[in-house]
Amino acid sequence: MESGAELVDRLSGICGADHVLTHPHALATYRSDALAHYRQEPLAVVLPGSAAEVREVVRLCFEARVPWVARGSGTGLSGGALPVADGVLIVLSRLRRILSVDLEDGRVVVEPGVTNLSISRVVAPTHFYPPDPSSQIVCSIGGNIAENSGGAHCFKYGFTTNYVTGLEVVLSDGSVAQLDRDAPGYDLLGAFVGSEGTLGVATRIEVRVVPRPESVRTLVAFFEHTAQAGEAVSAIVAAGIVPGAIEMMDRLSIKAAEEATGVGYRLDAGAALVVELDGPAEECEARFEEVIALVEREHAIEVRVAADDTERELIWKARKAAFAAMGRIAPAYYVQDGVIPRTRLSEVLQRIDELSAEYGLQVANVFHAGDGNLHPLVCYDAARDGEPARAEELAGLIVKTCVDAGGSITGEHGVGVDKKAYMPSMFAEPDLEAFQRLRCAFDPHGLANPGKVMPTPRLCGEVPGPYREHPLERAGVATRF
Amino acid sequence: MPRQLRPASFEAAAAALSGAAAGGEAVRIVGGGSKLRWGAAAAPPDVELRTERLDRILEHNQGDLTAVLEAGVPLARAQAQFASAGQMLALDPFLGPDHEATVGGVLATADSGPLRHRYGAARDLVLGMTVALSDGTVAHSGGKVIKNVAGYDLGKLFTGSLGTLGMILSVSVRLHPLPSRTATVVGDSAEPGTVARAAGRLAAEPLELEALDVAWSAGRGGVLARCAGSASEQRARRIAELMRGHGLDGVQIVTDDAELWARQRAGQRSDRGAMVRVASRPSALPRVLEAVQAADATAVGRAATGHTFVAVSPAALGTLLGHLPEGAVPVLLDAPDELRAAVDPWGPPGDRGAYELMRRVKQRFDPARACNPGVFVGGI
Repeated sequence: MESGAELVDRLSGICGADHVLTHPHALATYRSDALAHYRQEPLAVVLPGSAAEVREVVRLCFEARVPWVARGSGTGLSGGALPVADGVLIVLSRLRRILSVDLEDGRVVVEPGVTNLSISRVVAPTHFYPPDPSSQIVCSIGGNIAENSGGAHCFKYGFTTNYVTGLEVVLSDGSVAQLDRDAPGYDLLGAFVGSEGTLGVATRIEVRVVPRPESVRTLVAFFEHTAQAGEAVSAIVAAGIVPGAIEMMDRLSIKAAEEATGVGYRLDAGAALVVELDGPAEECEARFEEVIALVEREHAIEVRVAADDTERELIWKARKAAFAAMGRIAPAYYVQDGVIPRTRLSEVLQRIDELSAEYGLQVANVFHAGDGNLHPLVCYDAARDGEPARAEELAGLIVKTCVDAGGSITGEHGVGVDKKAYMPSMFAEPDLEAFQRLRCAFDPHGLANPGKVMPTPRLCGEVPGPYREHPLERAGVATRF
Repeated sequence: MPRQLRPASFEAAAAALSGAAAGGEAVRIVGGGSKLRWGAAAAPPDVELRTERLDRILEHNQGDLTAVLEAGVPLARAQAQFASAGQMLALDPFLGPDHEATVGGVLATADSGPLRHRYGAARDLVLGMTVALSDGTVAHSGGKVIKNVAGYDLGKLFTGSLGTLGMILSVSVRLHPLPSRTATVVGDSAEPGTVARAAGRLAAEPLELEALDVAWSAGRGGVLARCAGSASEQRARRIAELMRGHGLDGVQIVTDDAELWARQRAGQRSDRGAMVRVASRPSALPRVLEAVQAADATAVGRAATGHTFVAVSPAALGTLLGHLPEGAVPVLLDAPDELRAAVDPWGPPGDRGAYELMRRVKQRFDPARACNPGVFVGGI
């Protein structure tokens, strides 16, 4: 093991001294991701300028047995990019080239620091890249790979894992593997996407883009109560309609969003439901009429249909502002990311209301209603004695409520450090052990983003018994038939 | 004859697997047995672990469009139940002559059919999985909700692993609404390039097709574009115009289209000859179809995903492979015994780094090397 100073020298040798940060002021910028209450200064922050430099940095960390964390734009909401003490933070924001665009095959190849939205921009107007996390203007595609990011449109279109077709990844020993969706063998690509940076770092990413839908229709329906809005969602899904997006806000989040944006959401409503259909014009029109009839049947007090793109933008503006606008309600909040089977929505929301009353803390609900992904925002004031701890406890109970209802602790934000303590509520010890087997296959020394995802630190044992080689392996290359 | 074990519970399955592994026996996991000969020819197993008594539909959550199925459930039976609620598992491979293919077998082979165009591959529909490992561990991953990023996605790892990592015990899946109506537009041509390019241009349009296939047989090929939904016939008329514009002949709209698609699915298997699945860039489809024609073979395939299934006589296999465009990856699925004995159906392992990882994954999940040894890529 060499000293930290030696390591920093060698990092500078790889990336240039300008791209290795060690000054406390510089490190402070990188001590958190978007979940700012977790903070940790790393030994050094390094900003490689190429995939080759990433490989060299990882190789150096391996030789020195120094842990490292890869970071994209730092917009993650689970502390997944939280640095490790005495470790290296590898920031990929200089790797932001779009390497190729092939619209004929619907493929785009990029470096990991490229932002999510820039992929859709580069293939506009004919195509788009469907996974659209709210942070898409700034979040990086490499971060999306790590977290298997979703977004408002994933009920219909799916998640990052459904769109990644190829990855070049650097493993913790500095070796490189090309993971191709069509290559025969194990679906290593599927295992890697969503592994939260614990299996390696992607340095080259190929994604699939799809034709932009011909027609988009959007409405916002207001209801007296979230239960009615929930019934409307169930009715739409039961009719066999798969909306491009279907988003719900409750009274508190409507209030916050309306105060922030002034777009005209009804403050007397207990719930707002945004429904967007997209697709071929004929199908979209026919089904949109059905949606209007269904929300009216489920007692919407008002239905506003966007007449044009401007009105559509206004409807979305309030929804997208909901998180940021919560600052008007409370100085701070915990955001949770639990998922429930959608049919359990009413009872879970009722339970959240009860918990909110019990703890004397406001909880705003903003969620992806189609897939049951709740984003309860537990509001608190850090200046009040004991309130942060109570808020955290309440947030934990909400997660437990989701798991008890047959759901998940996280739908799109990832486990990171924030939710790893909840992992045993979803997974038993043998399940976690099975996860660890995958981890050990990729990173036997546990150097890539240690301390994340798994609830307790684990080491990789040696593989028991000698591996018996198949004659084909011994021959080196199998015969091409 | 291998010893046959038919566990009726997850625990019994895990015990059977670990028992065999501890005794140094090689285990083959068997579902409906419709794809038993896929993969490399290997020594006969000592034990066959059959899933036929793990055949319960554990949950069908209609309102949530999800289901939990034991591995031995015949896919056809699950589909019948889903259909009664106006739903489907959007996974439609050929199920064997007696519809015997099971959920576990379809997932272990990552088989799929025309619906892959819109709904993705088998792995894209899996929400969670329970597996038994060769040391007797029963492990769950994923969940039962359609959105979930907690823990590693072992369901994807096991999907397509051909029983080499462990035994799939149960799976939770996402369902989709069964379309109320469908209509298929067909058009044909004697030019492989015309067929492939017409399909490619349809794939680039925002048509939201349920399926987009090509077929090639006896010097003539066709494009099949299926619309689903209440406005499907209206949309089909527009697509028919596009097809004519792209130079296809005999364009017509078929509303009673189930038979057309059953034929496409059946075209993915071969009883006596060889069946090669070719993965290529969609833009390489013209040259793939030219290779099919050169080998006097027949083919069906997914135009927009670049997966083509080629039925070819063993004697013409070399011609087919020799004509495939650079970058196309062939895998031999069905083959007569003498052909299977002579070749590695997977071809050479591709990227060295990925192959090394696969070996390491196999070592960690099945260190005893009990699960279907030798049948997978590069002798895994």
